[in-house]
Amino acid sequence: MSAWLRHHGQSLAATLRRLARTPGATALDVLAIGIALALPLGAWVVLANAQRLAGHAAGDPQLTVFMSLDAARADAALVESAAAAAPVARRSRFVPKDQAFAELKSAAGAREIAATLGANPLPDAVVVELAPGSGPAAEHLAAELRKLPKVALVQLDALWLRRLDALLRLGAAAVAILAAMLAAGMIAVTFNTIRLQIVTRSAEIEVSRLVGATTSFVRRPFVWQGTVIGLLGGLTALGMVAGSIHLLNGEVGRLATTYGTDFRLALPPAGDLVACLGLASALGWAGAYLSVSRYLHESRPG
Amino acid sequence: MPLVSFNRVGKRYPDGFEALREASFAVEPGEFAFLTGHSGAGKTTALRLIPAIERASSGAVLVNGQNVGALRDAAVPFLRRTIGLVLQEQKLLHDRSVFENAMLPLSVCGEPPREAARRVRAALDKVGLAGREKALPVMLSGGEQQRLCIARAVVNRPSLLVADEPTAGLDSAAAIDVMEIFRAFNRVGVTVLVASHDAALVARFGTRAVRLDHGRVVGA
Repeated sequence: MSAWLRHHGQSLAATLRRLARTPGATALDVLAIGIALALPLGAWVVLANAQRLAGHAAGDPQLTVFMSLDAARADAALVESAAAAAPVARRSRFVPKDQAFAELKSAAGAREIAATLGANPLPDAVVVELAPGSGPAAEHLAAELRKLPKVALVQLDALWLRRLDALLRLGAAAVAILAAMLAAGMIAVTFNTIRLQIVTRSAEIEVSRLVGATTSFVRRPFVWQGTVIGLLGGLTALGMVAGSIHLLNGEVGRLATTYGTDFRLALPPAGDLVACLGLASALGWAGAYLSVSRYLHESRPG
Repeated sequence: MPLVSFNRVGKRYPDGFEALREASFAVEPGEFAFLTGHSGAGKTTALRLIPAIERASSGAVLVNGQNVGALRDAAVPFLRRTIGLVLQEQKLLHDRSVFENAMLPLSVCGEPPREAARRVRAALDKVGLAGREKALPVMLSGGEQQRLCIARAVVNRPSLLVADEPTAGLDSAAAIDVMEIFRAFNRVGVTVLVASHDAALVARFGTRAVRLDHGRVVGA
């Protein structure tokens, strides 16, 4: 066991020395992998932030019942009592048409529109706050409320939430496909990088095998090299994404302010980032392992 | 039991060339034997079968009773650690020092560094290269390079030393120096098998010569 550990240590140390001796070539290899990883990593970060933003925007789901223009207060009261009886409804409130018109006049961007309207065109409304995750129960309540007299329109905002959720899932699937393609590309890059190393060190490999080196012994320094390059590439990708977030957050902040929020782009949690670095290292390892294994298989004794 | 035994060994290459045909001979433990014959007689092929660099097409090559041809690939490195190999092409690493070249078999075996260094210095001393540890192979003469190959071959204390034309390209004095080294190891119990077409050398050093002619053993 100690010889095994010792050789791993020697292989890692020799790998680091070798990479340091050729800084230009190492930097180019790391940059190629970093760019390949930065694309899916950046897309994933954007997606994660979009999910976070959607969570903020969604708030609690709610259902809005717009009464007919000739509806009386009693009609709205009937809607309120029907909603209160539904287990999925948390509370409801009546929004008289005058209050709605006043809110419209004070809303940014709608002031001018309201000024052109003259008379109040808005109906009375009942806003029902729903329990989170109400889903089908909320749709059933909406259907029941539509049947009540003097109800003109029932608007359930779960629909846009479902659409948003579907869009985010579509985005996640696209990111996964992009990541898979670029992971394959990264394995190919590492495969070729290690293959070139094998060619330059083929004499050493041949002599090592003649004096009794096992395939593991021969493979070890190369897989360490692949792993280290993968890790460095992952760190480079992380740096690129973090730098991009930093650059973008200025504009994101200004945009968020216009919506009355202090939203900023953020990196995923540290645990997720460490997992990304682990994955990058594993991809580097895989490319190197495949490259060396292929060479060893092709150079078996005839 | 012989240390090395060839039992009706044949080797046919993919292009159809038969390098060995029904070759049978044995080398006893502690022997100093030569494989002789003209160029192309099959000497190198026979030597390469012993550490499983090549595999026999027919027959069996036994090393210490083990059928080398039947070994799994994973077992071959462990066979090679018991055989000291001095190749015609030398295969020294020219970007490594004398010390590092001789150290390679011990690194491969996972020998602790301090013990490995001690054995390397002892091996270099035995072949007359003490004090040249830091030199690169290109700084050595032909004879010194060959002695470095021998040091690398013996550093793992093998029971069998196999050498393919170890005196090729050397002047007669250097050739004799190299053969004396082999004889010295043989005196302490190492079995030595040397392939050489140099009849004078065989006559001077060999206790037994296995003669090959176009792949067949014609004298043993």
